[in-house]
Amino acid sequence: MFYGVDLKSRLMLGTAQYRSPQVLLEAIEASGAEVITVSLRREGAAGGAFRDLLAKSRCRLLPNTAGCHTVREAVTTARMAREVFGTSWIKLEVIGHADTLQPDPFALVEAARVLCAEGFDVFPYTTEDLIVGEKLLEAGCKVLMPWGAPIGSGQGLRNLAGLRSMRAHFRDVPLVVDAGIGAPSQAAQTMELGFDAVLLNTAVAKAVDPVGMARAFGRAIQAGREGYQAGLMPERDMASASTPVFGLAELA
Amino acid sequence: MRIDLNGQTIETQARTLADLLTEQGFESPCVATAVDGDFIARPLRPGTLLNDGVKVEVLSPMQGG
Repeated sequence: MFYGVDLKSRLMLGTAQYRSPQVLLEAIEASGAEVITVSLRREGAAGGAFRDLLAKSRCRLLPNTAGCHTVREAVTTARMAREVFGTSWIKLEVIGHADTLQPDPFALVEAARVLCAEGFDVFPYTTEDLIVGEKLLEAGCKVLMPWGAPIGSGQGLRNLAGLRSMRAHFRDVPLVVDAGIGAPSQAAQTMELGFDAVLLNTAVAKAVDPVGMARAFGRAIQAGREGYQAGLMPERDMASASTPVFGLAELA
Repeated sequence: MRIDLNGQTIETQARTLADLLTEQGFESPCVATAVDGDFIARPLRPGTLLNDGVKVEVLSPMQGG
């Protein structure tokens, strides 16, 4: 599914903004996620506790290049992450705008080309733009991660038509909606559209009960996937009675 | 010699990147290093000489989204 790795869970969970390492660990467990995202930062007070936690969670790590605005920063961060986390997986973010955190597609494609050539398994955080998607595949990416909405905004799928087109266009490419998912219903909707996975962080970390929300997302994603596989009925403009008319009593 | 370590100007006796990590008490297997914006792999740290004013980043695994 993703660079030769098959996962049972289609939820990838971010590890930032939790109240405590314990809550994070319980949320990961409750969500069923097998992939968690991590970053590289100057060591803060919680550094040791986080390393212990990574050792405890049996998840596959997906390091990110969050906060990078240039090709050089992103490439250097990816190389550092590969060494310290011992994985060639990298969630490639090259941010183009400070307010929207929209990816810079030009720098993204260039960084992806450099990293793919160095043997990285690149998960590019991109927009729903089909041509950018094509260029990323040409660069060597085997997964695309379009945004649902701006990072941390919780708005859900802001360009439904664009995401539908993307799913239809890249029929055989694993697609992950990354960012902007705020509610389990939005995650289920993503899966019903046929996306392969959902990556989210804030919606769980900032919930009143992060562990409960993690579980809810895990189930919603599972339900959405099963719904997609079962084949959704076509929408109609008009009503169509579901109870048979045949055998209806005359009571008027 | 004065260098920039993780955004702070510090005075150091270390001549190489490996010596700097030891001097500053970093657990060397748990960090990744960059000098003036370029990644320096673990095996290259002992051979990486530090010059006055160099910018060193020593990064650790942290929470991320």
